[in-house]
Amino acid sequence: MCGIVGLFLKDTSLEPRLGDMLTDMLITMTDRGPDSAGIAIYGDETAGNAKLTVQSSAPETDFDKLDKDLRKRVQGKVSMAVKDTHAVLSLQADQVAAARQILAEIRPDVRVMSHGSTLEIYKEVGLPKDVADRFDIRQMSGTHGIGHTRMATESAVTTMGAHPFNTGIDQCLVHNGSLSNHNSLRRKLRRLGVHIETENDTEVGAAYLTWKMQNGSTLGEALTSSLDDLDGFFTFVVGTKDGFGVVRDPIACKPAVMAETDQYVAFGSEYRALVNLPGIESAKVWEPEPATVYFWSHNAAPTAQEKAA
Amino acid sequence: MQTFDLEAEGLRALNSTLHAQAANTNQTHWEIVNPKGSHAIAVGLDAPIEVNIKGSTGYYCAGMNKQATVHVHGSVGPGTAENMMSGMVVVEGDASQYAGATGHGGTLVIKGNASSRCGISMKGIDIIVHGNIGHMSAFMAQSGNLVVCGDAGEALGDSLYEARLFVRGSVKSLGADCIEKEMRPEHLTLLEELLERGGCDAKASEFKRYGSARQLYNFNIDNAY
Repeated sequence: MCGIVGLFLKDTSLEPRLGDMLTDMLITMTDRGPDSAGIAIYGDETAGNAKLTVQSSAPETDFDKLDKDLRKRVQGKVSMAVKDTHAVLSLQADQVAAARQILAEIRPDVRVMSHGSTLEIYKEVGLPKDVADRFDIRQMSGTHGIGHTRMATESAVTTMGAHPFNTGIDQCLVHNGSLSNHNSLRRKLRRLGVHIETENDTEVGAAYLTWKMQNGSTLGEALTSSLDDLDGFFTFVVGTKDGFGVVRDPIACKPAVMAETDQYVAFGSEYRALVNLPGIESAKVWEPEPATVYFWSHNAAPTAQEKAA
Repeated sequence: MQTFDLEAEGLRALNSTLHAQAANTNQTHWEIVNPKGSHAIAVGLDAPIEVNIKGSTGYYCAGMNKQATVHVHGSVGPGTAENMMSGMVVVEGDASQYAGATGHGGTLVIKGNASSRCGISMKGIDIIVHGNIGHMSAFMAQSGNLVVCGDAGEALGDSLYEARLFVRGSVKSLGADCIEKEMRPEHLTLLEELLERGGCDAKASEFKRYGSARQLYNFNIDNAY
């Protein structure tokens, strides 16, 4: 199964409440996915800076003086905010590549959850409510965010198997469904040099999108070609720095409901996830069409592009 | 009229209360408030009662209905009126996928649009949709009538048996073994009655009829066991 929620705010006065609203939506989707949960939040930006959200199963030792150790090696500014098993490292954007290499060397067990200027990803095994509490998601503000509750069908219940997946700078992906050609696609992508860590099907979907975009596709083009190259069931929600996109496979048996008002665009696997949003009674509520790529952006008008059958 | 607050009293209490209504109950009018997209509201009813749901529902609303009239003043999630036997279900808004699936009898009226797989494997139910329907609707439909005042999506009536499909607007594509058929006087009479029952503002003469070409493997007697 799995549950997806997403919230894109048009009304900036709601931004301080983003984490709170998303958490409520996420918890409503607990019975679609009680084994793990994750959330991607697009928050503040500091010009010239980037954020690496990292995770460790031994945060006490791994995060101990991590900022200091990194600062020494990259010879630039590094600050760190630890939240339970995750830590957000803020550093100069042009030093990220070097910092990731050094990180792999000095803390080999620390895993990078996300890389972006505004994006932070938090995910863990456990009930959505507990996961949201661990990272204090309710207190977070931001412009938009995506959440996922997981009921694993294709691979193990682990932190790395939880969603969202970071697909590129400030980009993330969540998935409801199951990909049936993930093994062959994983072999193909690995041959092409793409790093794929787990046996998880969605990680392959995320790696596929990343690979497409590294080879010149826009996110919209990558999503459109996913309709040809990915076999199986999927409703994908992708987050970008200025908005989010939705695409469903042509069979569209994985549910999806959208709601839009002057204040926000919201996504839920079920209408239940949306019922406590402000003004939902008068919102425009609809189901996204199959095989159609939708985008909402803070910087452009919304689009919906149907892929020719 | 009895009012039931679903949020306060819970789903199990609601459905067991509705199941307890006998054929001769004098509590014939029920209003359910705060449905908030909950699943399985008013399923398995078997009494001549009228249930008004004030808001939108989740999965399987009014499933397996017998005798009762269920009126949803909102939109419904997947599987509404699934396997209905008799009675009537009216949806003021839109319906998600597989509305009226496997229904044996009764009438399902959807005043908005219905999503994919509407009336899949229908077995005698009448489904009347004021708006459009999605892809793979009436897949393997065996009996009953599907009326669509708007447009139909891809692969309408794939592997159809004896159900009749009436569509006023465009059909994106027909499924395997589904063809357009002649609208004879008896079909116009039937459709007029269905349109009236569904409260549709449409003329029977504006519709086209689709049905089975009866060419698939299972229609050939030589393939019978």
